[in-house]
Amino acid sequence: MIKNTAAQMSSALEKGETTSVELTKIHLDRIADVDQKVKAFLHVDGESALKQAAAVDADRASGKKLGPLAGIPLALKDVLAQEGVPTTAGSKILQGWKPPYDSTVVAKLKAAGVVILGKTNMDEFAMGSSTENSGYGPTFNPWDLTRTPGGSSGGSAAAVSAFEAPLAIGSDTGGSIRQPAALTGIVGVRPTYGAVSRYGLIAYSSSLDQAGPFGRTVLDTAMLHAVIAGHDPKDATSINAPVPAVVAAAKSGDVKGLKIGVIKQLQGDGYQTGVQARFSESLDILASLGAQIVQVDCPSFEYALAAYYLIAPSECSSNLARFDAMRYGLRTGEVDGASAETVMNATREAGFGREVKRRIILGTYALSSGYYDAYYGSAQKIRTLIIEDYKKAFTQADVLVSPTSPITAFKIGEKSEDPIAMYLADVATIPVNLAGICGMSLPAGLADEDNLPVGFQIMAPAMQDQRLYQVGAALEAALVSKWGGHLISKAPALGGAR
Amino acid sequence: MSSLSRDEVAKLAALARIEMSEAELVSLSSQFGSILDAVARVQELNLDGVKATSHPQPLENIFREDVVLPSLTPDQALSGAPAQEDQRFRVPQILGEAE
Repeated sequence: MIKNTAAQMSSALEKGETTSVELTKIHLDRIADVDQKVKAFLHVDGESALKQAAAVDADRASGKKLGPLAGIPLALKDVLAQEGVPTTAGSKILQGWKPPYDSTVVAKLKAAGVVILGKTNMDEFAMGSSTENSGYGPTFNPWDLTRTPGGSSGGSAAAVSAFEAPLAIGSDTGGSIRQPAALTGIVGVRPTYGAVSRYGLIAYSSSLDQAGPFGRTVLDTAMLHAVIAGHDPKDATSINAPVPAVVAAAKSGDVKGLKIGVIKQLQGDGYQTGVQARFSESLDILASLGAQIVQVDCPSFEYALAAYYLIAPSECSSNLARFDAMRYGLRTGEVDGASAETVMNATREAGFGREVKRRIILGTYALSSGYYDAYYGSAQKIRTLIIEDYKKAFTQADVLVSPTSPITAFKIGEKSEDPIAMYLADVATIPVNLAGICGMSLPAGLADEDNLPVGFQIMAPAMQDQRLYQVGAALEAALVSKWGGHLISKAPALGGAR
Repeated sequence: MSSLSRDEVAKLAALARIEMSEAELVSLSSQFGSILDAVARVQELNLDGVKATSHPQPLENIFREDVVLPSLTPDQALSGAPAQEDQRFRVPQILGEAE
């Protein structure tokens, strides 16, 4: 049962073949069996999950009309506030903090009857591409426990690929949903900026952050997308428009006559041979299904990584000023007569990890007088050029595509001493965030040289998220029929007892 | 090749309210050269006349009706406070002795 899709679990619940309590129990058992190896979760709340599940079962028994994901278990990235449940964003500065309110994403999940199993590990404040920057130790890739699952939503991705949960929520500021989805062989979507409310999402870079869904199939991911998306008056950047018909698109999967643009700048040097091979193969499949493949030129994308590593740190240096040891979170250094400023300095030193400090300092530098125009100002102009390149490319193609990550899952520790090497992991995902559009990663197969999953990235214009699912479903169906099953079925068993 | 001295990092750390150890200041200073070189690529293009984008959406003020909505109780708002007194956040001394 744990290997079923969320859609299959939903239909089993509807037919009375299983209960939510039973589904929740088998996933809690799976977590007990394998999570000491994977370390996807920071906090598991079995008791509360079973209570939620029993409530959904009672509603179903009483004949109440339930949504399709009612009773389905889910893993929640620890960046989202959940009332009364420890929420740390992977940081020691928030250790033990229990939010007094639900984020809108959590409120929507609860309203839909989704059962939240627990909170997943992440790079501290979502800053990282490997989950090694967590204040609570790394998460391990279920495909190879010596490797990272990517990041920053590595815990959520690992939980889904290790069958600890059929669905998960992540957040994506520079690729933090799509890149771990690619590295763990599952599906992940970063919705259009403003499509999912940021209320209660602990901020890293406010103009780039967006929560989104993970699943093992395109349809499962669409079903979760439909639950969490929608306008929210509590978020001033939330888009007031109907949610795109993502579930219908995931069920149709027709690409006949669709124009698919391959971005010239997101391939070649730095992209692993097996990544390129699986990418080209997927393009051939899409062409054989009737799509028209065109080449598009986005010259400013060469500068996207540089612009991102100025804009995101600049915004983070401002956003993380709220961790001041006064109102919540860690307070340390409170010796007799110590001033508020001394306590603040000591607390931020003790509570923030290395990468977070690095980005705060970089952002402080980029925003400081004398350097502002040369760094932050130039980065904002590059952002304009990237938006213009996308606009032009979307006149030539309905969706754009690239490999999600230039490389497959790397070894734990391999890049942790080299910030620039780590930053390069996001080179193909960052342009989407800078432009505020949407993107999906789905499994394209295993790289021949290392037998590790490769992700195929699809990008669509703002609020055209349904196109991701339409193309993703078409490619997925063709690949699954070629492989004789989903890619994830080839993942190692992890030695769980059940 | 860009660089940032140990003293420059110390100044930034003070502005960012982080009391860094000597080892951290030295280590960050040694890494900053390559990071600044990487991000300085934004200066390679001629950007004259290009508008800056701070946000993917055109932002405008959003108003709502001036009605009372449910909000946190004082107890809820104080629930994560490191210290509290009389329904208020208790903080270390803010003003100096002489002030």
